Amino acid sequence: MKMSVLDRIFLLLTGLLAAYEIVVGIDKMGNLPIIAYTIAFGVLLVAGLLLIILGFDALDSPLVVIVSTIIPLSIATGLVWQHIDSLRVPYVLFAPIGFAAVTLTRLIPMQNKLPVITLAIVHGIAGMTIFLLPIITSIQGKTDSLFSLVGVGGALIGIGGLLLSFLKTGRPILSQENILKVLPGLLLLMTICFVTGFKYG
Amino acid sequence: MNKILHRIRLYIPLIKTLQTGLLLATGIAGYFSSHIPVHIPTLIAMSLSLFLAIGGSTVMNMWYDHDIDAKMQRTHKRPAASGELTRQEVFTVGMIISILGMGWAILIAPLYGLIVFAGWFFDVVIYTLWLKRITCWSIIWGGISGAMPILAGRVLAIGQIDLIGILLALAILFWIPTHTLTFSIKYREDYTAAGVPTFPSTYGDTFARGTIAISSILAAISIGWASVLIGLSAGYLRLVAVLTVGLLLLAFATFRVKSEQANFGLFRYASFYMLSAMIILAMQAF
Repeated sequence: MKMSVLDRIFLLLTGLLAAYEIVVGIDKMGNLPIIAYTIAFGVLLVAGLLLIILGFDALDSPLVVIVSTIIPLSIATGLVWQHIDSLRVPYVLFAPIGFAAVTLTRLIPMQNKLPVITLAIVHGIAGMTIFLLPIITSIQGKTDSLFSLVGVGGALIGIGGLLLSFLKTGRPILSQENILKVLPGLLLLMTICFVTGFKYG
Repeated sequence: MNKILHRIRLYIPLIKTLQTGLLLATGIAGYFSSHIPVHIPTLIAMSLSLFLAIGGSTVMNMWYDHDIDAKMQRTHKRPAASGELTRQEVFTVGMIISILGMGWAILIAPLYGLIVFAGWFFDVVIYTLWLKRITCWSIIWGGISGAMPILAGRVLAIGQIDLIGILLALAILFWIPTHTLTFSIKYREDYTAAGVPTFPSTYGDTFARGTIAISSILAAISIGWASVLIGLSAGYLRLVAVLTVGLLLLAFATFRVKSEQANFGLFRYASFYMLSAMIILAMQAF
């Protein structure tokens, strides 16, 4: 499917917002959150650029599922490190192990459901963390209420991740054409939520 | 009046506005990379002199290569190749613009002017007149020539050639093969028809793709090293690092995938990367 001018503008804005977040948005955080968020927004930036350059054909790569796991895992790790001291170590272990599990189950040919189950578990935990943690901390008054926008971003990334993952596993929830129609807008909206939310977090 | 406007419209493609604009941007970025207070009159004079010198060398390329351009599908409509402008006219315009640009540059600062002249000389004399039709390795001289504007910009700002200036120049030198070799793969028939030796026609596609990937990596290393030495803020360094990782992964992918699409993707990303690096270097100055 050919990429429209509007799609390219959305992706460019996504990339610019991600670049802004890398340069300015996360500057005053601790080392680990800075690394985690740099990885997340870096993947978003580079992926956006590659989509603009290569078009939607870039999504045909089997690496898409693996790469799209990096964003939620990195953001979730950064959030947990900043807000739940007791889960810092377990989550820092979970993120690379989860990523390795998704990578291995995608690269090694398998007939069983292990790849889908692994993907669902890793995405599920990371997605729920991003969705719930900012909302809970906002409700508890520990953070500004606008920080809950990070949770909204988490919900959007979850939707995007699910759509792409099921498309890649051959069981699409929406048709490929419809997924590609909404994807650039979804990525932009998600990035706006993250950038705004982190500004007030 | 209409005749004059028509004539000017024919001259504009002679300058290759996109290429000249990008090289000019590298010169401005080189100036800003020094972090000295920006002196607007100097900046304007530098921009105009560089524009004239770069534009002049491009017109001289068009003058000399009119026969090659006429044989290539991609370039046969250029005014010098199509005969809309006479060779003599193109030569005269090219020399006037070149002398104006280089003369102005020497008046601004002798060392700056010398580097601008070196860029013109490497491009017009060494690359175009001497080596382009003889050996595919001529692109190295084209690359060195393209690296001069950023060095010139920095030299004008700090008054000497330093390691950062050399690294910035190397970054451009290593970026240029991603551009020229990608085009020589994509427009292979054109270059064969014109009898211009290229890496793909001399050593094969695999070697050319390998060269593109390696030169992209070297360009990234040069920019990264220069960024650290310049003292970019942590935020900008993170951004350069992210973009660099993207470039390295794409370079690795072109090794593995070996497709024209991957190749073209790397070329476009490398161009974007270079432009972004220039903007980052310039923005840091403010």
